[in-house]
Amino acid sequence: MKVIIVDYNSGNISSVINSFREVAQEKVNIGVTSDLKKIKSGDKVVLPGQGSFKSCVDALYKIDGLVDTLNEFAMTNKKPLLGICVGLQMFADVGYEETETKGLGWISGKVSKIDNQNGKFKLPHIGWNQINIVKDSKIFKDIKKNSHMYFVHSYEFIPENKDVISATTDYSSNIVCSVEKENIFGTQFHPEKSDKEGLKIIGNFIKI
Amino acid sequence: MLKNRIIPCLDVKNGRVVKGINFVDLKDAGDPVEQAKIYSDGGADEICFLDITASNENRDTIYDVVKKTSKKCFVPLTVGGGVRSVEDINKLLNCGADKVSINTAAVENSKVVLDSSKKFGSQCIVVAIDAKKNGDKWEVFTHGGRNNSGIDALEYAEQMEKNGAGELLVTSMDRDGTQVGYDIDLMAKISSKVNIPVIASGGVGNLDHLVDGIKLGKASAVLAASIFHYGQYSIKEAKDYLDSKGIPVRI
Repeated sequence: MKVIIVDYNSGNISSVINSFREVAQEKVNIGVTSDLKKIKSGDKVVLPGQGSFKSCVDALYKIDGLVDTLNEFAMTNKKPLLGICVGLQMFADVGYEETETKGLGWISGKVSKIDNQNGKFKLPHIGWNQINIVKDSKIFKDIKKNSHMYFVHSYEFIPENKDVISATTDYSSNIVCSVEKENIFGTQFHPEKSDKEGLKIIGNFIKI
Repeated sequence: MLKNRIIPCLDVKNGRVVKGINFVDLKDAGDPVEQAKIYSDGGADEICFLDITASNENRDTIYDVVKKTSKKCFVPLTVGGGVRSVEDINKLLNCGADKVSINTAAVENSKVVLDSSKKFGSQCIVVAIDAKKNGDKWEVFTHGGRNNSGIDALEYAEQMEKNGAGELLVTSMDRDGTQVGYDIDLMAKISSKVNIPVIASGGVGNLDHLVDGIKLGKASAVLAASIFHYGQYSIKEAKDYLDSKGIPVRI
């Protein structure tokens, strides 16, 4: 089996690489690439993302054919894909960070700034917060209820269809922190930085 | 509910851990990679490396330490000390740091914070403020506390938030190494001035100081070195204590 981490210059992905290699050990091949052929030949794809919604979308489009390849992988061939942080946010139709930017449109919805209630809540939402698992998701197998995960973000994904939500977290309001739609998975938090429980989520995704 | 973070800080010199009193008087005390692993296994919410003599000496050792640590620790890793440019930040991130803290360079050239937060995202840019009381205000010091910039710390904090800092790591120069507690007044003033999280640093001698930093200083996270490093308290003891005082922590 081959898991491909898409390297599209979206910022720092070394932690994602380290964590997947730690979990996979020698048993699963973890590739890191922006090569379209290699992505196509993968069994699973991880789409990380740091920085702003706009900068990540721009970075995707900068690599000729990458968005088409990801569309084919996730939408046509229905192979498992995990988006992390802005990687998840880009599933949306549109994001409002910096300026209005079109997303991948895989899960209908928008990405807007967290309501900080006039400064009552600091932004970014940085640190460990508990997740409330609201539906069975393959990536949450054996994950303890109310586990702590590590978050760093100021924007939240608001999907139109609430059925895709697999977990929420409480910060200012109930923020969507994980989604699952058929073969597409996403976490707003960083499993790669969320200690043992986070690594378990990565292991679950590898095992799907 | 978002938890308050406990961050052990390891001062690193030539790839080895040290912790000084008031930034001098260094004592050698261990391998940073192993120390970081002990802390993350013990429940540390984040690990901080401060390369204290980075401005003057060969920096390659810290890259190696970061590389090795990031393969063993799966909690956020913040690295600071001697970070001069966007290229330095890039290098540390590539080695596996999750956040980089910028001190002197942010004072000397505000473009570093602007450019790096744009390039890598605010989430990985921490501005470290070393502040010392002068009359009824605090001034920002640079170069590991050696030079007084004369800049007002509160105004500076606000400016850094505007420039794109994701967090502020505020160290009281008056308290650092004294073990008499954080400068609560300074922490509370900066914390109420900005909308980004503040990490309190400098002066922790016991667990009540951590409680005060959060409750009175309004810090989102508390950083400490000596009390953890010399085994006075474990991370778990610190968390249990905070929990018993009604402070939300990850246990």
